[in-house]
Amino acid sequence: MKFGVLRFPGSCDEVDAQLAAGRVGEAVLLWHRDRDLQGCDAIIVPGGFSYGDYLRAGAIARFSPMMEEVIAFARDGGLVLGICNGFQVLCEAGLLPGALLQNTNRRFTSRQVRLEVVNSETPFTLACAPGELLSVPAKHGSGRYYAPDDQIDAMEAAGQVVVRYAPGDCFNGSARDIAGVCNQAGNVFGLMPHPEHAVDPLTGSTDGLRIFESMAMAAEGVRG
Amino acid sequence: MADAGLPTVEEAMALGLTRGEYELVCEKLDRPPNQVELAMFSLLWSEHCAYKHSKKLLMTLPTEGEFVVMGPGENAGAVDVGDGLVCAFKVESHNHPSAVEPFQGAATGVGGILRDIFAIGARPIAVLDSLRFGDPGTSERSRFLLDGAVSGIGHYGNSIGVPTVGGEVYFEEPYEQNCLVNAMALGLGEREKLVRSAAAGIGNILVLYGASTGRDGIGGASVLASAELGELSEDKRPTVQVGDPFEESKLLECSLELLEAGLIVALQDLGAAGLTSSASEMASKGEVGIDIDVAKVPLREADMEPFEIMVSESQERMLCVVEPGKLDTVIALTDKWEVHGTAIGTVTDTGQMRIFRGEELVGEMPVVALVDDCPLYDLDPAPPAAPIYPPPTATLDPAADLRQALLALIASPNIASRRPLFEQYDSIVQSRTVRRPEESDAAVLQLPGGRGLAVSIDGNGRKVAADPYRGTIGVVLECASNLACAGAQPLGTTNNLNFGNPEKPHIAWQLTEAVRGLGEACRALEAPIVGGNVSLYNEGASGPIYPTPVIGMVGRLPDVTRAGRLGFAREGDAIALVGRFSPALPASELARLRGEALPDGLPDVDIAAVRATQEAVRDAVREGALSSAHDIAEGGLLVAIAESCLAGDVGATLDLGACEDAWSALFGEAPGGFVVSGDPSAIARLAEHTDVDVIGAVGGDRLHVRAGDGEANATLAELREAHRALARLFP
Repeated sequence: MKFGVLRFPGSCDEVDAQLAAGRVGEAVLLWHRDRDLQGCDAIIVPGGFSYGDYLRAGAIARFSPMMEEVIAFARDGGLVLGICNGFQVLCEAGLLPGALLQNTNRRFTSRQVRLEVVNSETPFTLACAPGELLSVPAKHGSGRYYAPDDQIDAMEAAGQVVVRYAPGDCFNGSARDIAGVCNQAGNVFGLMPHPEHAVDPLTGSTDGLRIFESMAMAAEGVRG
Repeated sequence: MADAGLPTVEEAMALGLTRGEYELVCEKLDRPPNQVELAMFSLLWSEHCAYKHSKKLLMTLPTEGEFVVMGPGENAGAVDVGDGLVCAFKVESHNHPSAVEPFQGAATGVGGILRDIFAIGARPIAVLDSLRFGDPGTSERSRFLLDGAVSGIGHYGNSIGVPTVGGEVYFEEPYEQNCLVNAMALGLGEREKLVRSAAAGIGNILVLYGASTGRDGIGGASVLASAELGELSEDKRPTVQVGDPFEESKLLECSLELLEAGLIVALQDLGAAGLTSSASEMASKGEVGIDIDVAKVPLREADMEPFEIMVSESQERMLCVVEPGKLDTVIALTDKWEVHGTAIGTVTDTGQMRIFRGEELVGEMPVVALVDDCPLYDLDPAPPAAPIYPPPTATLDPAADLRQALLALIASPNIASRRPLFEQYDSIVQSRTVRRPEESDAAVLQLPGGRGLAVSIDGNGRKVAADPYRGTIGVVLECASNLACAGAQPLGTTNNLNFGNPEKPHIAWQLTEAVRGLGEACRALEAPIVGGNVSLYNEGASGPIYPTPVIGMVGRLPDVTRAGRLGFAREGDAIALVGRFSPALPASELARLRGEALPDGLPDVDIAAVRATQEAVRDAVREGALSSAHDIAEGGLLVAIAESCLAGDVGATLDLGACEDAWSALFGEAPGGFVVSGDPSAIARLAEHTDVDVIGAVGGDRLHVRAGDGEANATLAELREAHRALARLFP
């Protein structure tokens, strides 16, 4: 199992993601200007402030050469995980529905949250039980998930709402407490909280590891 | 050189030089300085750059020790943390810019201190901050400054991917006009790969990379940082720089890659006084000359004058020295990171700083005159004849009982939970943070090989105002106590001396006494000073700030999995008061709430006894013998216990037995006291090494204390509600 973690100028959590993915497989960094996916089985678009995020979070990164390759990889069914800024990039790139707006409290907020696994059938949540709560940190200024109501209805019906903030834990004002969604095909998943920062009891919880374990299981064709 | 239109002595004085200093410049040059030279001298001879009122005092501080790898004089100090690794760290102030424009002032403060860290070849791994404002309850200005400064620190640190792991903030009336924003950064580097800033190699090339140079921040070091703040500080807004953390993030990665590849001879960041100070200091340390062609400097505005280019404080720029054969590779690497390097000068054997515009020589000064010949002044210290500071405004009902006093203290802005502030900071990026804010008295970061670093930053202006010497000792001890509670041994110290105008005898006295206390405490703790900063002239229209030495201390833990926690953890654990603790109310937080005037002096401190207690607590934490350890600070014993209850979400029952003065016992403050909890047998073992008084047990959902005839009782819910007091400032 080989993970590729994108690195843009302004990425912050790329090494964290590499370390986390490295716990369940091999993990390499992929430079934004390159085009070689190096045979990776799954791609992680990490957190941070790609290109400074001065225009709109994720708005520039989607145009990078490496993102063009990632978009093609995703269209071919490859596993792509977007975390925080990576989620924003995937929405900007049209790989995921919806958009991330500024938090309703208008502040960057960093907090440990509980995530409820709504759909445990995706390649990213195979290792989780339905309804299971994962303790994972969230830290962002623009994490308010938005999509039109009828679109969210359809996404819920199709199982595209993958994780929600547990009651009381949604600080950013996301529609229906949505924390992470996948595309219709289920091979692209983005979420605002940071599973890569929940992989070691020394620095927090280990619940985030399940996301990476799920990806490894899915990539290796083992159904949990 | 054309000498038409030479600046007058009046113009020199408007730039901050004294008449005598101007005359000395003329003497050193053997002629009057032209505009470029005067601009450069006025900055390098400013208080901010030359430390002309503090250098003699600073030379009395201990700077050497077993763990010191790099001491004062470099961009940052560094201590050995084992396995060939060093921790670089430094604290710096950005007070006046923040008082003028808090968001950018604080943001660029963080940016500046981070550049100091990677300028020596260490990767920044943590930021802490130390903040002072006026009363947020009554002062809208203070709320505005607080909000702006916290947002600015978060903006820069979060965006660049360096965790903000700790800090401290206090609110006192003397900071109303002149807030304090000090930022500390830590970096991790390989000992063998550290780089110094001394320019070397005649014929080597100076490469400037990073942001282009604009008119921002011109005269920041002299006009803003080295003078008192007037009523109309808005006029000074153009002297505040604007930060771009994205640019700095690229600058950081590029600099570390240049160093890793062994491509550069020396490295220096551009901070106060911009190119002037960076280039001159590189030349001075290398005992060489430097030629700079300002026509080669990439500009934001085409029509900048040579002096403006030389003194611009545009942020996110670095200067390095490169061998000619490596120039192309260096430029290519800077292009990869989009921080486009430009060759702007050369290292010479002239001993002169020569400034050219193309072929035209526009300034020529001996490096020694610029950097080393600024006159150093003796202070004229005298204790104040009358109290300097009015008593704080009383906010506590004089008839309040112990319970009401406890709840008022917990809700005091100086004690209430800092969660609404630190939740605006990313404290976990880089995956090293083992103890987040409010989990331990010190932030704890993991190092390779299972070891750990602990770091704390502290200050207590009110106590230092009451007694500059003993107050400063107390601050240093507090810092070391915080490390002890995390299980760490101090390795080194950094300091930022925030004081008023040193040309006034009573401020000079505060400064002299504080430095005496600082030196004595650091010597006794074997925690030498490896770097720091001085911020003087912190005065507003209503007078000077409290004298505020801010101390940052770094320590190490052999086993990071045993890092201490401050929260009570287990029902039935014994609670003990540890240390030879002699609490007193004068200058305490309770005295502030009561509106009591500052005392004239504080009780003596037995530093050796406090150190022995710290070592006993530290060893017990390292053995994993204790469930919790927390030092007693603002608010005294009962507040410390309430904090341990809140952090652990469990109550406590205490009985202090016969007690002459319950108020002093419960709320009095002094260095050297700790609250620990653990198995009774572990507490008994601790008693073999230091004074231990078992005073209660962990359990239940309330804090109940009996002290002599006095009694106080509060539920966890009541304590939690009071502790949330700062949340309403951040709706």
